[in-house]
Amino acid sequence: MATKASRTAARLMMAPAVTLLLGWMLVPLVMTLYFSFADYRPLRNVFEPWAGFGNYERFVTSSAFWPSVWTTLVLVGAVLAITVVLGILLAMLLDQPIWGRGAVRILVISPFFVMPTVSALVWKNMMLDPVNGVFSHVARLLGAQPYDFLTQAPLPSIVLIVSWQWLPFATLILLTAVQSLDREQLEAAEMDGAPPLARFRYLVLPHLARAITIVILIQTIFLLSIFAEIFVTTGGSFGTRTLTYLVFQRVLEAQNVGLGSAGGILAVLLANVVAIFLMRIVGRNLDA
Amino acid sequence: MARAASPARRAAFTALAWTLALLIFFPIAWTILTSFKTERDAIANPPVLVPLVGGADGRPPILAGEADDPAEDATGGPEAGARSPGGPFFRATLENYRVVQERSDYMRFLWNSVVIAGGSTLLGILVAVPAAWSMAFVPSRRTKDVLLWMLSTKMLPAVGVLYPIYLIATFRLPLGGGTFQLIDTKPFLVVILMLINLPIIVWMLYTYFREIPGEILEAARMDGASLRAEIVHVLTPMAVPGIASTVLLSFILAWNEAFWTLNLTAVDAAPLTAFIASYSSPEGLFFAKLSAASTMAIAPILVLGWFAQKQLVRGLTFGAVK
Repeated sequence: MATKASRTAARLMMAPAVTLLLGWMLVPLVMTLYFSFADYRPLRNVFEPWAGFGNYERFVTSSAFWPSVWTTLVLVGAVLAITVVLGILLAMLLDQPIWGRGAVRILVISPFFVMPTVSALVWKNMMLDPVNGVFSHVARLLGAQPYDFLTQAPLPSIVLIVSWQWLPFATLILLTAVQSLDREQLEAAEMDGAPPLARFRYLVLPHLARAITIVILIQTIFLLSIFAEIFVTTGGSFGTRTLTYLVFQRVLEAQNVGLGSAGGILAVLLANVVAIFLMRIVGRNLDA
Repeated sequence: MARAASPARRAAFTALAWTLALLIFFPIAWTILTSFKTERDAIANPPVLVPLVGGADGRPPILAGEADDPAEDATGGPEAGARSPGGPFFRATLENYRVVQERSDYMRFLWNSVVIAGGSTLLGILVAVPAAWSMAFVPSRRTKDVLLWMLSTKMLPAVGVLYPIYLIATFRLPLGGGTFQLIDTKPFLVVILMLINLPIIVWMLYTYFREIPGEILEAARMDGASLRAEIVHVLTPMAVPGIASTVLLSFILAWNEAFWTLNLTAVDAAPLTAFIASYSSPEGLFFAKLSAASTMAIAPILVLGWFAQKQLVRGLTFGAVK
């Protein structure tokens, strides 16, 4: 058992990390909360400390709000669906006996380490460009018309880019989970004549449930804050303005701090809904 | 599977896995390849695929505009085009790397990235090691709550604190005779990125430290080792691998961070993320130069990432997937 002295030492050792994070979380968040109730437009020298819920009302009723919520949900939902489904399939495939598995793993994981601005620009120019992109070369090769992805289908294009970035993450985590499957159980089921689909449905999928949940929650947290990919491709135009991007525009571009802060608080609330679920799972795991 | 897979089955899975892996890797490979082309070759239609190094092979340099063989496709290797000079060949050049370096002062952005990612990692480790150590070895009833609370700060969306941070960054601190702003300075970004990654660093270290058997520490204590001796001689050697993995992941995350680095830098402290973003409004031919710049920005982290892939799972799932 720890002595009283070591307890005190332990507290002291935790103090810097706790203090820093407390300051990091509380100070700016309280400031944002404060601004969200103020009419604060620094470029016009307007500062009215109390504007009630006016900012929230204006933010929610503005014509940009619901489309941005919709865009956020579509972006997050589509990327989640793509990365989880393909991630499961890829993880199952990489779990098979294959030659050069280590090399395959490295190739698959690589996109995750590409910085967001690079992957967005590489996709925008080298892949999706209607004239010189690889996709248009392939289209011409197949006798089809090249397609202007980012203009004709801006949101699906961003979904594609972001999915490419996050598929490695989902695959890696699901592969880790697949590898801890009980092989004997699986073989017993095979001996008993369970078809592959049934084995997947009743043995593999339940085993992966937890990892899938974790992937969904963690990706959601990160995907809600997607920024650079939109910043360098469409700049938020053509229906690609997410809630995060809308707040960024209100706060830094338009410098309507009160309005943007109200949006920021809404974004925090939205993220908290997801966070609570994630924390429960992680917390349960801590006890085990 | 315990039972040996049949060779045919193995070959089929291998072929499928490699095809998919190469497809996923393709944008990166294409970028690296394009970085060695001239701007004219970079937009050649159909694309030129096979680099010729130097002039020693006797083939004349091939002009992209002359390459006009529609049969070439992305799978056409050297054999496919060897007989059609001007087909898929291009002359490899390092010109783009030179131009990018000279015109944009690439080294300065690289240095900023190194300082910001390295500094925030170092600072984060210094703060996190004691905290994780005490939580792993002197747990109290509240340890779990503290850990979860730290995690919750990681889930705070950046836009929720964007303006306050911006305000702090642009506040004019009286300094000497003039004023001083934190925005666009490296130390400020070091601190911000440290705070962003601190929860992950603490968590990752905590999961590593928890695996160190407590009995060893107790034995050391029995032998009269002081707290300092305990840390230096017993704990540190066992903790080094975990700390190394954490450093790696933290460095990668900080290197690639692209919200605060884009919003809090302008010129002086701009790292590679911002440097690359400056290519979003192209002027003239720029594919090859964009590729060279991109390759330089991602190459070091790609290599580090390959080493860190196993630790990535632990670090990013907070120990929830093993």
